Amino acid sequence: MSTAIEFKNVIKAFPKRGGGVQTVLDQVSFSIPAGKTTVIAGGSGQGKSVTLKLILGLMRADGGQIIVQGNDVTTIDGRALEELRTRFGVLFQGSALFDSLTVYENVALPLRERTKKGEKEIQDQVMSTLARLDLTGHENKYPAQLSGGMKKRVGLARALQLKPEIMLFDEPTTGLDPVMTQDIYHLFAETQAQEGFSSIIVSHDIPKVFNLADQVIILHEGKMDVFSSPEEIQWSAKEHIREFVLTTMGEIYQSHLVER
Amino acid sequence: MHRNPIERFGDTGLYALQDLGRMAIYLAKAIRGLFRRPFRFREVLRQIQFIGAGSLTVIICTAASTGMVLGLQGYYSLHKFGAEGMLGSAVSLTLIMELGPVLTALMVAGRAGSAMCAELGIMRISEQIDALDCMAIDPFRYLISPKFLAALLSVPLLTVIFDVVGIGGGYVAGVTLMGVNPGSYIEGMRSSVTNHDIQLGVIKSFVFGLLVVWICTGRGYFVKEIRGAGFGAESVGRATTQAVVLSSITVLVFDYLLTAVLL
Repeated sequence: MSTAIEFKNVIKAFPKRGGGVQTVLDQVSFSIPAGKTTVIAGGSGQGKSVTLKLILGLMRADGGQIIVQGNDVTTIDGRALEELRTRFGVLFQGSALFDSLTVYENVALPLRERTKKGEKEIQDQVMSTLARLDLTGHENKYPAQLSGGMKKRVGLARALQLKPEIMLFDEPTTGLDPVMTQDIYHLFAETQAQEGFSSIIVSHDIPKVFNLADQVIILHEGKMDVFSSPEEIQWSAKEHIREFVLTTMGEIYQSHLVER
Repeated sequence: MHRNPIERFGDTGLYALQDLGRMAIYLAKAIRGLFRRPFRFREVLRQIQFIGAGSLTVIICTAASTGMVLGLQGYYSLHKFGAEGMLGSAVSLTLIMELGPVLTALMVAGRAGSAMCAELGIMRISEQIDALDCMAIDPFRYLISPKFLAALLSVPLLTVIFDVVGIGGGYVAGVTLMGVNPGSYIEGMRSSVTNHDIQLGVIKSFVFGLLVVWICTGRGYFVKEIRGAGFGAESVGRATTQAVVLSSITVLVFDYLLTAVLL
């Protein structure tokens, strides 16, 4: 199985207010297989979003290597990083849609700025994506006029425009109701099946993303544990993993296991 | 953790140096963004409309009021020495070399600078700037450089308008209201204002425009890095206040430095 992303002994620390440093990632190593879905979980402040930012080169690691499709993000120059980023699609926690642009303009933005496509071709591609994500008829609305779920779908539509090879989802269902959450995850799975990209999902919603995950990474106090199935997590002997299972998954997790 | 005053002083000094370095790199990237393709002509025009045309009312009101006050104050001072004929010279030189560039920059900082800072701050905290980075769209070329170009074009033009309206205000107060001879007002102005004075005013307005757009957009862009600014909406509010205060003080400091160097 080929590897999309590889972390090798990555270190990331932040200065603490009043002196000292907090090490968020302490010599962390793991691989993310191509074409599969990896879920990164962990409590608040454990470095989940930092991991995504390191992959995207929005932050620099203090040590180690981050290899993305053969390129070391920790040493890459600006132009090459820009080029590498065109292979990513990112769905942000708050969708990060541009308030002053309509739905259509938001989705068309990467095509207008990063490709030489004509307006007709852009229009065809955008309208086709909007139709696929059930957003037809909303193209002239502004983000402020959309519901949370619709914003996520517009964010996903925008992220898909440059045909990404790796999709990063940062807390994609925060603020959505359970039905909408299920719809969004269903949409992710469907889109991944169609497009064949590798997915990394940062989420607290562990029980709901289990159906999608091929691999789960749990971050805790700068270290990480990699699991290939929910059962493996449940039977882990590590105290912090057992605590994580109890506090974040609880009864939903138990019932999910029974269903399986 | 309790720290002694020396530690706190050192910590603040380090933060100030770090901030200055960050802002210097930001300025370099914003200038580089001016030359990166594709150019955003429409966005530059939109920003000129916002910074330039949008500030016209406040500039005209401030200029008219300043010019009229200068006309009245000048008249009373010069009248004591029987030198009312110098009023045109006094008003025009004060406006062209000093008050025009400074007050225009302060007005632009208060009206457009604060708005630019808030806009970028909100875009930063709502991850819109990160989204641009992730789409491999240079945020400097796309967002910031058009604001720089628009400010560099608009502020000198607004300053010229300020000067003209201010001199007109001085004429109304001095000539129409106080009875100074119109010919001596115009002739005093014509004979005393040199090309060098006008150049000084233009250079100042250009530098002030750069300072205002640099500091105001920079504070918004680095809203998460500002020490003690807090988080979310609160941080944007504080960054905006800081942007206006810092850019205003910097304009005043540079006004003295430029005058000392170029006069």
